[in-house]
Amino acid sequence: MDFLIAGVGGQGVILASDILAEVGLEAGYEVKKSDVLGMSQRGGSVVSQVRLAEVVHSPLIPRGEAGYLIGLEKLEAARWAEYLIPGALVLVDRTSIPPPSVSLGQAPYPSDGEIEKILRERTENIYMLDARGMAEGLGSTRASNVLLLGYLSHFLPIAEALWQECIARSVPARYREVNQRAFAKGRLEAANLERRER
Amino acid sequence: MAVAAAYPGTPSTEILESLARYPGVYAEWSPNEKVALEVAMGASYGGVRAMAAMKHVGLNVAADPFFAASVTGVRGGLVVVSADDPGLHSSQNEQDNRHYARFAKVPLLEPSDSQEAYELVKLAFQMSEDFDTPVLLRSTTRVSHAKSAVEYDDETSIPPRKPGFRRDFAKFVMIPAYARRRHPLMEERLVKLAAFTEEFPYNRIIWGERDYGIVSSGIAYHYAREAFPQASFLKLTLSYPLPEKLVRQSASQVGKLLVVEELDPFLEEGIRAMGLPVSGKALFPIVGELDVEKVREGGARIGLSSPSSPLPVSGIKELPARPPVLCPGCPHRGLYAVLKRMGFFRRRDGAGEALPPGQLIATGDIGCYTLGVLPPLEALDTCACMGASIGQAMGLAKAGLPNPIVAVIGDSTFLHSGLTGLLDTAYNQGRLTVIILDNRTTAMTGHQHHPGTGVTLQGLRTRAADPASLAQAMGIEMVRVVGAFDLEELEGALRECLEHQGPAVLVVRSPCILLDRSYGEALSVQEGSCVACGLCLALGCPALYRDAEGGVHISPTLCVGVGCGLCLQICPREAIIVPGEGE
Repeated sequence: MDFLIAGVGGQGVILASDILAEVGLEAGYEVKKSDVLGMSQRGGSVVSQVRLAEVVHSPLIPRGEAGYLIGLEKLEAARWAEYLIPGALVLVDRTSIPPPSVSLGQAPYPSDGEIEKILRERTENIYMLDARGMAEGLGSTRASNVLLLGYLSHFLPIAEALWQECIARSVPARYREVNQRAFAKGRLEAANLERRER
Repeated sequence: MAVAAAYPGTPSTEILESLARYPGVYAEWSPNEKVALEVAMGASYGGVRAMAAMKHVGLNVAADPFFAASVTGVRGGLVVVSADDPGLHSSQNEQDNRHYARFAKVPLLEPSDSQEAYELVKLAFQMSEDFDTPVLLRSTTRVSHAKSAVEYDDETSIPPRKPGFRRDFAKFVMIPAYARRRHPLMEERLVKLAAFTEEFPYNRIIWGERDYGIVSSGIAYHYAREAFPQASFLKLTLSYPLPEKLVRQSASQVGKLLVVEELDPFLEEGIRAMGLPVSGKALFPIVGELDVEKVREGGARIGLSSPSSPLPVSGIKELPARPPVLCPGCPHRGLYAVLKRMGFFRRRDGAGEALPPGQLIATGDIGCYTLGVLPPLEALDTCACMGASIGQAMGLAKAGLPNPIVAVIGDSTFLHSGLTGLLDTAYNQGRLTVIILDNRTTAMTGHQHHPGTGVTLQGLRTRAADPASLAQAMGIEMVRVVGAFDLEELEGALRECLEHQGPAVLVVRSPCILLDRSYGEALSVQEGSCVACGLCLALGCPALYRDAEGGVHISPTLCVGVGCGLCLQICPREAIIVPGEGE
């Protein structure tokens, strides 16, 4: 299983992928993950790649092979569309953070329609969500990353307890509760949504 | 290991941050990589195990002691870690530091994942002591900044070496007479290492189909295994000196040797020098990072794999890019606004022409502030290597140009290798201004301490070196210290420095906004007064943006408030409001 988590520096991409990697290890997979750090931390694009399998060689996912994409920001999600395998599961927070050229009025921020069109060239399995808003309702907009993990978890064959355990280990004590609630909320939302769709 | 030293640099920084937490390890941020390696050398001479870690270009700075350590050899094991950055994720070049191993005649280890990195460090120390040599352990970004599971041993199973200095002039004092005697020992050492590498268990053959034998090392090995799952492999881990017998053994049993390696044809040339037919760079790119796709593509050209490139998705290239930017509230931003007011002017139609007199030239250096070259700030002329801004400014000043010249350098970079450059401007009297952006930390690599912060890597309070006092001690008469957010004051101080007939130093001092999170309430734009002229947007602050209708706004979540207030000072219409101050 190959996962991409994309967002903007400071949004919690790395924490989310750390948790996912921990969960994978605990569930018995070989896990490799690769982050881009350094210059990108200063508000630039950030992506983390996580691979779970019996044997993992490359820590980088080849284009066209990622089965899962979590976008903490819409534009950043679209940027990675080429990496998706046909039919991949895409979870995107509706948050938009304008890059410099947009702030300066030199380029338009792509519309929701344009973003979905790009993603739809690979998959129809796209969920545009208000993760940030839901996390805010729980007490912290910053927990949107973990809320999306909760959402993702509904589609993976890994027990909820394992996720909650890894979140507890990875998040500082004072943010633990809000993150655990965010995870549970995301997981529940995914179940409800799927039920409605049926 | 007892002593570890480094200067932060992506992707090597985390090594010392981790070692600093190990009981029994003395770990320090050194002012630069040269000092770090000298500290590690000294500890090794003192009988204990020592490591110096750095990014690839750091080894250029430390090249002098690196070669010297190869000549003297060691007492306690000495391991030098070079974290290379193919693809330049956060570097000024993508040099292949494996060449340093051959150049300095020391053994080279190339881990391909976290587990190997862990195991090889232990072996590296043993090799260093057994062969009386420093060992170069070379990693790359996708090993350094990748994570994979590690099974670890009980660390206490290795008894620490007892410190003790055994005097030996002929080994440690490299006057020509003694150094001459060491060279044949270095050559003998390479011969012994060449035999050792044949038996080294991490150099191994994995048999598969025999049309091609793939020779690979480091992360490239994993790309190649994934790209060619059926092929035979010679995985090299102790890759200099090359295990010639092992290479010949693989060559004799496969159709043709194929080298898959990132960057330079280091293994390929070594194998070709054995007289064996081999290909590598004819199929796989020499530029940039490799990945599974690029390796498959190369293999597809000789029928070893089918190219995997999926259909492109249209519209991605047209998406607006998101380059890194200076943070909202960054203390570097104001300087660039002032440089522009003082005559740093970029004419878009004037490419190729010499700058007219009076226009400012600004040499740059390495740190977050290098982002000042990107739009909309665009106010830096150079960036080469650590500390270079000052020497370059001196050269420009002495070249006889009609332009005022400033060098822009951060506090950590200044203490790393700006000191000697500044000494040159004082000694040889350069007419230039060195602007030290003193944000009290090494921000770019993640806020490490340095000799100017007053705290060590392991958290001890210590003396803090003060850039202004250092400049004065060197004999610079014009030294000004100002805060970073009062544009008028900043401009006045810079004007004074530029008018001074000799070398001048301007220290712009405000802590990095990410360290000092005492944010105020966000500013806002008063809609009636704002004419959307966009002068504030030219500050390149992520908190300021234009909406689809052209109106200018301030993001309430990103703005740090009146503590920064640059837009407030720039706005000619007084259209930016401080909360609580009425309308």
